[in-house]
Amino acid sequence: MALYPLPIAKYTVAALGVLFFLVLPLSLHEYYLSIANLVWISIIGALGLNILVGYTGQVSIGHGAFMSVGAYTAANFATRLDFPWPVNLLLGGLMAAAIGAIVGIPSLRIKGLYLAIATLAGQLIIEWTINHVTFISGGVQASIEVPRPQLGTVVLNTHREMYFFLLFFVVVAIVGTMNLMRSRVGRAFVAIRDQDIAAEIIGINIFRYKLLAFAISSFYAGVTGVLYTYYFGIANYEQFQIGVSIDYLAMIIIGGLGSVLGSIFGAAFVTLLPIGIRYGMEAVSGVLFSEATVHNLIPALRLTLFGALIIVFLVLEPEGLNRLWRNIRSYFRVWPFAY
Amino acid sequence: MLEALDLQFTILLLSNGVMIGLMYSLIALGFVLVYKATDAVNFAQGEFVMIAGFVAVGALTVAGIPLWLSILAALVAMVGFGFALERVMLRKLIGRPIIAVVMATIGLAAILRGLGPFGIFQGTRPLPLPLRDEPFILGPLFIPPIQLLGGIVSLVFLAGFGYFFLKSRKGVAMRAVADNQQVAMAMGIDVERYFGLAWAMTGVVSALGGVLWGNMLGVDVNLALVGFKVFPVVILGGLDSIPGAIIGGLIVGLVENLAAGYIDPYVGGGTKDFAPYVLMILALMIRPYGIFGKRIIERV
Repeated sequence: MALYPLPIAKYTVAALGVLFFLVLPLSLHEYYLSIANLVWISIIGALGLNILVGYTGQVSIGHGAFMSVGAYTAANFATRLDFPWPVNLLLGGLMAAAIGAIVGIPSLRIKGLYLAIATLAGQLIIEWTINHVTFISGGVQASIEVPRPQLGTVVLNTHREMYFFLLFFVVVAIVGTMNLMRSRVGRAFVAIRDQDIAAEIIGINIFRYKLLAFAISSFYAGVTGVLYTYYFGIANYEQFQIGVSIDYLAMIIIGGLGSVLGSIFGAAFVTLLPIGIRYGMEAVSGVLFSEATVHNLIPALRLTLFGALIIVFLVLEPEGLNRLWRNIRSYFRVWPFAY
Repeated sequence: MLEALDLQFTILLLSNGVMIGLMYSLIALGFVLVYKATDAVNFAQGEFVMIAGFVAVGALTVAGIPLWLSILAALVAMVGFGFALERVMLRKLIGRPIIAVVMATIGLAAILRGLGPFGIFQGTRPLPLPLRDEPFILGPLFIPPIQLLGGIVSLVFLAGFGYFFLKSRKGVAMRAVADNQQVAMAMGIDVERYFGLAWAMTGVVSALGGVLWGNMLGVDVNLALVGFKVFPVVILGGLDSIPGAIIGGLIVGLVENLAAGYIDPYVGGGTKDFAPYVLMILALMIRPYGIFGKRIIERV
């Protein structure tokens, strides 16, 4: 099958490539690039969760914990053994994959609700372990500082440099996910999601593929955690608590389950929403609230809006932003003739 | 001398575990009721307890209503909330995959927790009940009055709902709905009405849980964290079993107290929240339907 179904897709991808690799990073202010960087990191995590939840149909409320596994693995290797970042990135991903496969073991016996609760337990247990085992967490406030990543002799310090660094991994993750889903493995995942008994009958080893789905998803999560660590320069378990797992679930539900584009939309939307809220609140803050109140209310408002959006999308548009985008696109494809 | 102290320490941990465990059972009962009747799971159980506490304390301290009326207000509010929730949100999700309901209740939990700081008061407020502060001393036992009250209320309601499901006409109808919705409809049961009723019953239990736990912990957003204890309780006892909620609650209460008493000194705290989940993982691997749950579990 061709990589691009239509010639226009090729031009669109080329145009987007120029936009994101040249126009935006060279024209935008550092502050906006720092926001873009957060979006890039969360896209990778959302893609990973979507492989598990959207494509394979296994619920997981432990994505944040797998990120913390990756983050602390990389941080420990970076500080204790002075490994360079590519090695740490790989090790962090692999460690998260191993832990993810272990947490995924219950999925072989149970599914649906029970699996959701089991992964929730995984999240809490991993959180607790990292927080209480000083060998992992480094002791002081359970946070480890890491050196800035280097490319050759260049140390990546600014947001602009990190932008290119992170964008590279985003592209790898997107292309990797799309190709994964066109492979035997990806199709096996979809088959398991749609009807696991039928999948087993046509010769898919459910045991292997479910664990594989958990491992791949956790690998993405681990890489996300490592990137967070290198981006902020510090590994801290507070960045990976259960709220993060729920944020990522919100991303893929709002964006669209089982779609790469949906993961991207969702990650961007959920990351940008609190920033949008802050602008909105600051615009009206002088009228309604004092500045200190606004500062306290933003996280709460964000949480409420997330919850409301999750429910609205679940009830009204289960296929998420991706479906809305397709509706818009197919409307304009035949515009102005509606039929 | 040291041995006598040790023994007393153990007895204290055990009695405390039993009482706290019964109070967990009360909250778990809310979860079980909904699961039993509608096959829906409620990840917002802790938040239900939290808003019940908010309503009760708000009525008591901000509006200045007497205590018994405040508790009544919490009950009425939670029943109304349960009905409304079923009508607005959960009815639309009937027949959708389980993850949809799980995510919807997680979303609901986020909304309720996020709304906390927008409430009628800021910070933590006490919810005083007319109880004495000194514990009852029965030989080696020290039982705080609130825990005794909590244990008794839990047992009464667990027994009451148990009887309701076993004997009353509505309870039997609700079991029929849970068993097979289509057959229940064919027998002339108004399925949607019973769904609403189940959520309202959860509201009642949550309101009582909110008052009792609010008295123990004080009312603020963190009251919702009690909800995290629900999952070990219901998994251990069985998701659809009322006796299971009692036994599961007792196990969790005992395990967390013993763990806090004997393991905490070695690892530096926090085992209380951790030990029940380890136990739960083991239960999921060995006996996922729990001690009393029905054995039909979606197997792979």
